[in-house]
Amino acid sequence: MIRILSKMNLSEIRSHLGKFRVGIAGAGGLGSNCAIALARSGVGTLVLSDFDIIEESNLTRQYYFTDQVGMLKTIALKENISRVNPDVFVIVHQKELNRTNIAEIFSGCDVIVEAFDSSDMKEMLIETINSKMHGIPLIIGSGVAGWGRNESVRCRKIDDTLYVCGDESSEVSDNSPTMAPRVGIVANMQANIVIEILMKMS
Amino acid sequence: MKIMLNNRNEEFDRETISVSEMLSLKKFSYKMRIIKINGVLISKDEYDNTIIHEGDNVQMLYLMSGG
Repeated sequence: MIRILSKMNLSEIRSHLGKFRVGIAGAGGLGSNCAIALARSGVGTLVLSDFDIIEESNLTRQYYFTDQVGMLKTIALKENISRVNPDVFVIVHQKELNRTNIAEIFSGCDVIVEAFDSSDMKEMLIETINSKMHGIPLIIGSGVAGWGRNESVRCRKIDDTLYVCGDESSEVSDNSPTMAPRVGIVANMQANIVIEILMKMS
Repeated sequence: MKIMLNNRNEEFDRETISVSEMLSLKKFSYKMRIIKINGVLISKDEYDNTIIHEGDNVQMLYLMSGG
């Protein structure tokens, strides 16, 4: 099967990816950039969850525009996705994710991308997917802060249901802020793993 | 006892150890982490009474804020 899939051309790959649904938990630096990469690649359905409003400071690294400041991130991202690829079906949830609503919000997703800012939320999502959506692959972003150090960023497969992208050591601080290149690299690594997983699914 | 820790061979001078003991022997002090043993996620309150055995596959990942 994998052999056959690897012989697909781009239009066949996009049509294969069109059959799947990917959940993205958070629409900040990781989530907005990952969503755009998946939309450009032809993923059929994206489920976006975030409750934040776009602030001007977000434009330093998140996939939004000056005229979208003040909008809900989910609504603005849905609009931006439709400008990139109107064929993507986008489902949005303006909710703070918690242990009781995650399984419902992401029900039917083939893969889930973790794109939160806080490490507590990352932990909560991993535990909840593990207990309530066991077997669904989850792609974590961990260690995106700062700049440079390209060689430290990696993607590590823990097992078939858990992957981690990032350097697993850089924490955000005033002097090591999240910046567009490094968070963009990790967001695109997450999208890249999603495609790798979906290309093996039938 | 030999185990795999993040895909590397690791040897301890003991027959078995708990997850908490492994963390202190290895001086892993950063608290925001996920640990899986043979693919099973171990919650924080189980670190003391979860025992790692010979040949176990232990995976640990750190969760850093930022995203």
